[in-house]
Amino acid sequence: MDALVAQYSQPSHSAQDTTLDDSLALSSKIAPPLSLNFELPPIDSHSAWLRAMTDDHSNPQCPIKIAHGTTTLAFRFKGGIIVATDSRATAGNWIASQTVKKVIEINSCLLGTMAGGAADCQYWLAYLGMMCRLHELRHKRRISVAAASKILANLVYSYKGMGLSMGTMCAGVTPTEGPALYYVDNDGTRLAGNMFCVGSGQTFAYGVLDAEYKYEMEEDEALELGKRSILAATHRDAFSGGFINLYHVKEEGWVKHGFMDTNPIFWKTKLEKGEFSNVTSKLE
Amino acid sequence: MRGATILKANEDKTRQLNKHTLMAYVGEAGDTIQFAEYIQANIQLYSMRNSTDLTPSETSSFVRTELARSLRSRSPYTVNLLLGGFDPRTSKPELYWIDYLASCAPVPYAAHGYAQYYCLSILDKHHHPDISLEQGMKILRMCTDELKRRLPIDFKGVVVKVVDGEGIREVEYEDGGQVLAP
Repeated sequence: MDALVAQYSQPSHSAQDTTLDDSLALSSKIAPPLSLNFELPPIDSHSAWLRAMTDDHSNPQCPIKIAHGTTTLAFRFKGGIIVATDSRATAGNWIASQTVKKVIEINSCLLGTMAGGAADCQYWLAYLGMMCRLHELRHKRRISVAAASKILANLVYSYKGMGLSMGTMCAGVTPTEGPALYYVDNDGTRLAGNMFCVGSGQTFAYGVLDAEYKYEMEEDEALELGKRSILAATHRDAFSGGFINLYHVKEEGWVKHGFMDTNPIFWKTKLEKGEFSNVTSKLE
Repeated sequence: MRGATILKANEDKTRQLNKHTLMAYVGEAGDTIQFAEYIQANIQLYSMRNSTDLTPSETSSFVRTELARSLRSRSPYTVNLLLGGFDPRTSKPELYWIDYLASCAPVPYAAHGYAQYYCLSILDKHHHPDISLEQGMKILRMCTDELKRRLPIDFKGVVVKVVDGEGIREVEYEDGGQVLAP
């Protein structure tokens, strides 16, 4: 079947004059095995080397600064799943970007979120998107959230100990599962659940979310709570900030509810609701 | 706590400095009580000598100075403090966040250690300067519930004290039972 997919996913002119061996070799290129065979540097312990090179905390002079630091959250409620993220990317103490899209639109019913190493997340979630599309072509129906998250979990597990850094969530609605939410991280943990917050700002988001979360929430309440939880994290966590990216996953597919600047939202929340009372709004 | 053993579950980690100032402390075992009682003794001595109490802001300056002096000594105190007081002259409550590096900041709400990560976002959202005691206790319940839910450490209950115009009193705080993550 892989060979079949490969045949039709190549331009027709290149399909001429190919032997069976060629097409087999081709198919392994088009539909790669779960664990890609990367060239690895000739080092005994990859994780120890990587730690030595990238651990900004213990060695501020480390030569490689990985883009880190995030707040992402997703929770299930009666109207589907809310997915919200901030948009800041940091490399060490440097804010590398304030406009990162940390929600990956895998297909019209499936979303993935990025936390951890920016490159790792971007690459492997794009790869997951490709695997999900291939699943769709092979089986003529959309992949389940459970299966999609398991592809990713098995993939990162095969690279365990080699320094991948990612904390992701897969959220989606399928006819078989209904609304489903999975957490997958680089040590191979894969959990199904109702609510996850991932990243350096997770505790701040959990604080707000846990205090008011109910499964029986209305849609507007749930969207507001997701937004407020990210705002809390961007306020207290130096490595989170920028814009709030808000999505709602419903049965018909996901709906985007904006990419909103945190600064005006913060001042609006403070001045209109009287929250954030530790921040002064007057010049003295 | 000593190693992985709990020695006592209901230790009161606060000291009353004078009629309307209370100091809560956490930090290195041994340092905490030594420092807290040293401060307590000096504040009480001041009250006896001068027949008047130091206000919370004056107390905070004294505590901060003592910590700053200790910080540059051969064996600094590793103690973090929350100083709560009621100023009878202005009739206003005050709270000071003080750490072992001798930072001191007047704040509307505060926490030390991991509790900051879990509770400050709750307080950011739910605290307002003019809330009643009852509403305040509700917010406290939100905070302790969150710590029970998310912190891997079981801190075996809390001691709750109220500082207001009438002075300082301990209030009953029911445990409320297990709280599980959703």
